[in-house]
Amino acid sequence: MRFLFKTDYRQDIGLAKHPGHVFWYSLLALLLLAAPWLIAEYWLAQLTFVLIYAIAGLGLMLLAGFTGLFSLGHAAFLGVGAYAQAVLVGAGWPFPLALACAAGLSAAAGLVVGLPALRVKGIYLGMATLSFGFIVEEVFARWESVTGGNAGMHVKAPTLFGWSLASGEAFYFLCLTITVVATLGMLNLLRAPTGRAFVAIRDSEISAQSMGIHLARYKTLSFALSAALAGIAGALYAHKLQFISPDQFNILQSIDLLLMIVIGGLGSVHGVFLGAIFLITMPQAISLVKDYLPAVIGQAPGLQAAVYGLVLIAFVLFEPMGLYGRWLKIRAYLQLFPFYRKGMFKRQKSFQKSDRLK
Amino acid sequence: MQFLQLIISGVSQGCIYGLIALGFVLIYKGTETVSFAQGELMMLGAFGGLACMTLMGFPFWLAVLSAIAGMALFGMVLERAVIRPILGQPAFSIVMLTIGVGYTARGLITMIPGIGTETYVLPVPYKDEIWTLGALVVNVEQFAIIAATAVLCALLFVLFKYSKLGIAMQASSQNQLAAYYMGIPVQRLNGLVWGLAAAVAAIAGLLLAPITFVHANMGFIGLKAFPAAVVGGFSSLPGAIVGGLVIGLVESFSGFYLPDGFKDVAAYVVVLIMLMIKPNGLFGEKLRKKV
Repeated sequence: MRFLFKTDYRQDIGLAKHPGHVFWYSLLALLLLAAPWLIAEYWLAQLTFVLIYAIAGLGLMLLAGFTGLFSLGHAAFLGVGAYAQAVLVGAGWPFPLALACAAGLSAAAGLVVGLPALRVKGIYLGMATLSFGFIVEEVFARWESVTGGNAGMHVKAPTLFGWSLASGEAFYFLCLTITVVATLGMLNLLRAPTGRAFVAIRDSEISAQSMGIHLARYKTLSFALSAALAGIAGALYAHKLQFISPDQFNILQSIDLLLMIVIGGLGSVHGVFLGAIFLITMPQAISLVKDYLPAVIGQAPGLQAAVYGLVLIAFVLFEPMGLYGRWLKIRAYLQLFPFYRKGMFKRQKSFQKSDRLK
Repeated sequence: MQFLQLIISGVSQGCIYGLIALGFVLIYKGTETVSFAQGELMMLGAFGGLACMTLMGFPFWLAVLSAIAGMALFGMVLERAVIRPILGQPAFSIVMLTIGVGYTARGLITMIPGIGTETYVLPVPYKDEIWTLGALVVNVEQFAIIAATAVLCALLFVLFKYSKLGIAMQASSQNQLAAYYMGIPVQRLNGLVWGLAAAVAAIAGLLLAPITFVHANMGFIGLKAFPAAVVGGFSSLPGAIVGGLVIGLVESFSGFYLPDGFKDVAAYVVVLIMLMIKPNGLFGEKLRKKV
């Protein structure tokens, strides 16, 4: 067991709580830096997708996990970023400027969607974002002069200050840098007053309001930040796939993003990454197992949807804190070795509180 | 005449949306949870009806009744197996859970070898019959939808207004804890509410099947029923039907008078406008907690 002796207030808000953190995260950073030389190209591409989804997941986690606002149309922000990037890079803009514009446009879209969030909550907000998602998807499909319609459009490879980032390795490092910056930014935000305000709003709007938190400002800010992160992820997604079409940003993508943060663990930054790894490796795992199953099950087209659904049900029922929650339990078990009790993480039974009364 | 024709097709489509929305509203009113699996329940109901008619060779009415009863049972089992254990958890967990149920249902139906990936026509006796009233041409299928919806609405109205069961459901929807103290078996009621919602979804599926086809992805129409529920106010039963009609009519007219593409998003535009102007919907109750 580890005992922390705090001698300074800074330790309370420090990102690394103890030397163990420093060691393990440095090791992770080294491994990620060495990844292009350690793993095959195919897996590097998958790792890049994990990073891209993690950026989008950070945005959604900020909104859903930390501010308590649920978006069922987050793929729309991803799409706005992707199309903005594709169009701007296609028009010859430099990559960083286009990326900033993509993030900005997404954030602006987020602001617009955030406006209903000031008046409605819970399921109504879900409806608003869902509707927005459908409308944006239709716009992508119909605004053919810009987006190429349902035929989709090609995306040029990014270049940064004259270097081409077309190769898998270079693009991986680009994604890694952006992910690290986004993660550190998010962690920093969460220990700052703004992040604390978000969490306060999540836990109780009334108490947050009475403590002087301007609900409207923080809710729209959360939406804008979340959408900006999704926009950046969308821009990278467009570059990675080199081809985008409206159906990549439909409701199923939005649900995938939600599934990612729920399975990873709602309300934890670790959960985003665990969820992203799950989302990317799951189809691979299914296709690996397929060959060992009888053909009736293994070759059936609906297998993936069924497995996703069952996994989601299982997590909500048995592990509401997601993969990260499972890790917390294992860690607590190891740390307290003989003293771990069964009921330590038990959920409290409660009667449902009415959502209809604001 | 064109205008009347559009109204009739809009109303019949709207009735389908309304029926699915009715399922959402029943569940929301009864248990204050939102079911995203309603469209998939409808799909299961349609497949159930199809299986009864073609595989087992039941006569039409028996097939319809057994499909509805089967779905009601399925709804209750679903509630008991997955919804009840997480009752009282944040509303979002239940949303994710029902999304999971929907995924699983769609995946499993698709996985049935040789059946799941095909589309079918439901063999109903009134298939392709047409009534002509003057210059007006009415599909009997559309008429059946409208009539069945009206009957169902009347039945539900009577249930909630006059029967002990309906009043108990209303009580538990307003305050579960207080209802529990009054001796109302809240958990059993929740099961019944889910059964009722699944049965309504099955009816919607059976009515919709002759117009479109029976296939694994027909549940996506459930996503259009959400706007209907929101427009009507999420907690009002007549509101759900009215909302469905509004959405159906708007869709039907925008499909005819506006350029391509507006038909598909009309419902969502309406719901966004509705949320901006009147977030509680047309018939929603406005409640506010005073601190």
